[in-house]
This record gives sequence, C-alpha cells and structure tokens, in this order.
Amino acid sequence: MELFTNQVLAGIATGAIYACMALAVVMIYQAIDHLNFAQGEMAMFSTFISWQLMQWGVPYWGAFVITLVLAFIGGIAIERILFKPLAKAPVLTNVAGFIALFAIINSSAGLIWDFTIKQYPTPFGSAPFLGSQLISTHQAGMIGVTLLLLLGLYFFFQYTLIGLAMRAAASVPESARLVGINTSWMIALGWGMATAIGAIAGMLIAPVVFLEPNMMGGVLIYGFAAAVLGGLTSPFGAVVGGFLVGIFENLAGTYIPGVGNELKLPIALALIISVLVVKPAGLFGRHIVKRV
Amino acid sequence: MSAAEEVVEGHQAVEAVPKRAMTLGMGTSLVVLAALIIAPVFVKNFIIFQMTMLLIYGLAVLALNILTGGSGQFSLGQSAFYAVGAYTTAVLMEHFNVNYALTLPIAGVVCFGFGFLFGQPALRLSGVYLALATFALATAMPQLLKLNFLEHWTGGVQGLVVTKPDAPFGLKMSQDMWLYYFTLVVVIGIYILAVNLLRSRSGRAFMAIRDNEIAASAMGVDVALYKTLAFGVSAAITGVAGSLGAIAVQFVAPDSYTITLAISLFLGMVVGGVGWLPGSFVGATFIIFVPNMAESISKGLSGAVFGVLLFLVIYLVPHGARQIALHVKRKSWQRKNDQDGPTG
Repeated sequence: MELFTNQVLAGIATGAIYACMALAVVMIYQAIDHLNFAQGEMAMFSTFISWQLMQWGVPYWGAFVITLVLAFIGGIAIERILFKPLAKAPVLTNVAGFIALFAIINSSAGLIWDFTIKQYPTPFGSAPFLGSQLISTHQAGMIGVTLLLLLGLYFFFQYTLIGLAMRAAASVPESARLVGINTSWMIALGWGMATAIGAIAGMLIAPVVFLEPNMMGGVLIYGFAAAVLGGLTSPFGAVVGGFLVGIFENLAGTYIPGVGNELKLPIALALIISVLVVKPAGLFGRHIVKRV
Repeated sequence: MSAAEEVVEGHQAVEAVPKRAMTLGMGTSLVVLAALIIAPVFVKNFIIFQMTMLLIYGLAVLALNILTGGSGQFSLGQSAFYAVGAYTTAVLMEHFNVNYALTLPIAGVVCFGFGFLFGQPALRLSGVYLALATFALATAMPQLLKLNFLEHWTGGVQGLVVTKPDAPFGLKMSQDMWLYYFTLVVVIGIYILAVNLLRSRSGRAFMAIRDNEIAASAMGVDVALYKTLAFGVSAAITGVAGSLGAIAVQFVAPDSYTITLAISLFLGMVVGGVGWLPGSFVGATFIIFVPNMAESISKGLSGAVFGVLLFLVIYLVPHGARQIALHVKRKSWQRKNDQDGPTG
C-alpha cells in the first residue's frame, strides 16, 4: 500500500508538469480552435530567453517577468506574421504550418544555444517537501503555480469583458463579428496569452527536465494527451487530465510487468484512448451537438 | 460543427471534391508514365534508388490520401502500418525464404486486417481524438517491435537485413533498375485500383461520410463498415509500400518507423493536395528532396530552412499541388474557348 501511495505521489509530481503544459494547450485551443504542435518549442524558446537574461545578470523574478512580456509579444507577432495569412487556408494546411514552425524554432534554438544540457534554477528550492522524499518543494511550488494560473484564467474568461469576447470569437466567429468583436485580434491575443502560459510552463519544467532544445518533446505529447483526456474545452479538465496522466504513467510503470521506461508512453496513451472510447469528448469536455 | 472535429476531419480541407478532379487527365498521365519509364536509362544507380523511394513514399501518401481525402478520417499512425508491412516482408524473406514478390500481397492482407481491426475502436473517435489514438499507435509500434519475445523474429533493436533481389530471366539490368521497374509496376497497379475504388460505390460512400456523416447514414450508408474499410484499405496500401521500402533499403529496424515518418507522410499529403491522388507523388518528391536540399543550404540550420521552405509552399499554394493543376486546367480551357471563338 505504501508503494502505491508513493507512486501516486510521484505521479502527481510529474503530473504537475503535464498539467502546466496541458493548460497552455487548452488555452490556445480556446483561442484558435487548433492544436498547436509548435507550442512546446515556443515554451522552450521562451525558457532559453529567460536563461540568457539570467546569464546576463538579471535576477530570477526580473527575468521571469521580462520573459513573460517578450513571450506575449512574440506570440502575437507569430500569429500576425505567419498565421494570419493562412486564416482562410484549409485546416490541415494550418497543421503543416505548425510543424514548419516547430522545425524553425527547434533548429534556431539549437544554433543559438547549442544542444548541451543546461542547469536551470528554481525559485522554490529543491529540498524535500514536508519531509516527503517524493515531492520536492519545487514540484509543490509548480503545483501551486499551476492551480493559481488556473484560477486566474477562470476569472479572466468568466468575469472580464475581454475574456468573454475571446470565448465568443473562438466559438462562433460570425456572430461575434456581428456584435462588434474584432475576432482577428482576439485570436492574436489568444496566441500571446498561450505563449506566455507556455513560457511559465517551460520555466517551471526546466529545473526538472533540464534545459535543452529538445526538452519539450516528451512533455508536449503528455500535455496533449492530458488536454484531450480532460476535454479540450475545459482548462479545469486539462489540469485534472495532467495529474491523471502523471499518475497513470507511474502506476503502469510500477505494476504492469515488463513495462520499462520505453513502454510507459504507449501504455499511458492506450489508457487514455480507452477512456475516450467511453467518453468521446473527454472527461470534462462539453459534448457538442452536431447540426446536419 | 465542433472545431475539434474540423481540425482533422478536414471538412474545409476537402470540400466536396468532384470525382474527376481527383485524378489527372489521360494525356498528362501518359506523358508522366513515359517519363517514369524512360528516365532510369539516363541516370546513375543512386538516383534510380531515390526515384524508387519516391514511388514508395508516393504510394504511402496515396494511402493516407484515400483515408483522409476520401473518407475524411485523419491518421498519424501510418508509420505503424508501414512498419508492419516492412517487417512482414523482411521476416518472410529472411526466415521462410519466400520470394520477395509474393511477400507483397501477404503484407497487404496482414495490414488490411490490422487496419480494419484498429478501425473498430477508432470508430468512436473523430477529429483530434482520432489523431491522438493513431498517434499512440505510431509511438507504440517501434517499442513493440523491440519486445524481447519477438526478438527471435524481428531481430530486436538491431533489425533485419534484407537481400536485394536480382533481375529475373537473365535480364541485363542492375538490381536497382530492376527494383525500380518492379516498384513502378506495383505502384501503377495500385494507383489504378485506388482511382477505381474512389469511383466505385464504396468510394462514393467514403466521400459521403467525409462530407456529412449523419446525412450519409440517413441515406443508407453503413457508416461503421465503410469507415473501418477505409482504414483497412489505407493500411493495406501503406503495408505494401512498407514492403517495397524494406526491399529497396535492404534493412528494417524499429527506429526507422517512428512518428517522424508518419509526420512526413502527412506533410506529403498537404503539399500534394488533400484528396488529389496524383498529388501524392508530388508530395513524396517534397518530403524526399526538400530535407536534403535544406541540409545542403545550411547544415546547422537545416530544420529552420526546411520550415521556411514548407511555409513558402503553403503560402503560395494553400491547397497544395492540386491548386496548380486546377489553375493550369482552367487556363487551358480558357485558351481553347478563345480559339473556338464565342459560341454562346
């Protein structure tokens, strides 16, 4: 039993990483209606920027804030320059665009900061949390930040005018335009916010997985899985999904014989798919009624 | 219409393509065919090998095109079917000494079964959810091929070496050239089958499902059957492509069939034009040659160069090569009408 609780705790700790990423995924999905495959790379690039700032002597929180601002502006710029011209293109073409963006960012980061693994500082310290060997204060801090972020987003989308406008622009663009919402800029704003949240996720994850251009590959896959599991329309679902995926993954690795590190991912995904077969819209997703 | 479904069912991407628009005209087809037959005589063996790979990837993209462009289902798991085809051929050839040509239909049947079965649970899923499910398949496949108890057959991480066949009947032809012509015949055969499939009753059922699933079922199309059938057919063709690939590369290993392959095939489909079968080969040309080109432009930044080139292509022709073909066709129509004079 102790093994079980320990594994669940460890699962929650890794789950916090996925939850963070899943939140960013859902965020951009809300704004632009697509899954952005380059999201992880954007987060990685932002994290590198903050690392560079710290190398130049900026203190942690200063670098944190500057990076958030830069990520926000960068996200808007990417949307305006690269994806606005594709707004009328077919959906699959947009997906190809995300893949292209992925390749560009990954390869430029490799050229600027090379592929050696770098240490990344944590603001929370890495002592054991409340005497538990499994969760460090950093991971506890990460869970805290994720929950705070979730709360903030909830209030933003639920109680501010601009949050309402963004939701309207994403779900029914035509009607939103008719009531005077500038949907095109709402999308850009969504990109900016998603990039900033991605940057937070990246800066929180970097102390755990270390900083390098490919650091987000695995995390993004779990983040997607978590977002889909929780239901793509629900930020709350994404966070719950993230923790569940972390726990799934750890338990599968411990209890199913013959599952090494290599089979962990397929098994976690298989479990998620079985959940989806029963609940096709995800655990907390809205079921959408189709019109013929 | 939920966005989640739109992402991958690609309703907008493939809005009601008329059947005739999915293929090339007779004249163009003959010219392309003649070029494909004559070309190997003039080039080096390495280029012949690359042309063979082009045909093979073209076939795999074609398979994805039938699934996505035809039936509106999306798959990131094509690399898994490709791997199953490749391994079927490799194991049959190396452990059972089966003739290479005979392994192709066997691989096709095995993959059809696999795809058909995978289509069953996938029936409940659509859009992004289906993308995730097929993605899971693609990530699981290399790991499954490495499993210990299969190692006797699959060779584990090491993979298997496949012997390249000689030209039969004492033909004086290099192995590469023979394999090219062999591949060409198989590809043409499957291409004709695919065109006819899409023109048949089943093809119309696929397209009805793609355009509106609920309306299709109201008109009496057995949605579950045709959706799984589309998966089966697509998997079978991908499997044959995988077999040909194994013979051409002379080697199979789990890490040749990762998600990267599935993504390349997807890009090939987009560049060629979703739902336009000849575009599959244009797309294959892109995914084979552009990465090499990017590498030769800048070694360190090859990924970025590739990304920029891909962006250029999708800016210029968001609908892929199909758009160019349509444009040319329209222009030539106009010219014809001008020459004939206004006939009202």
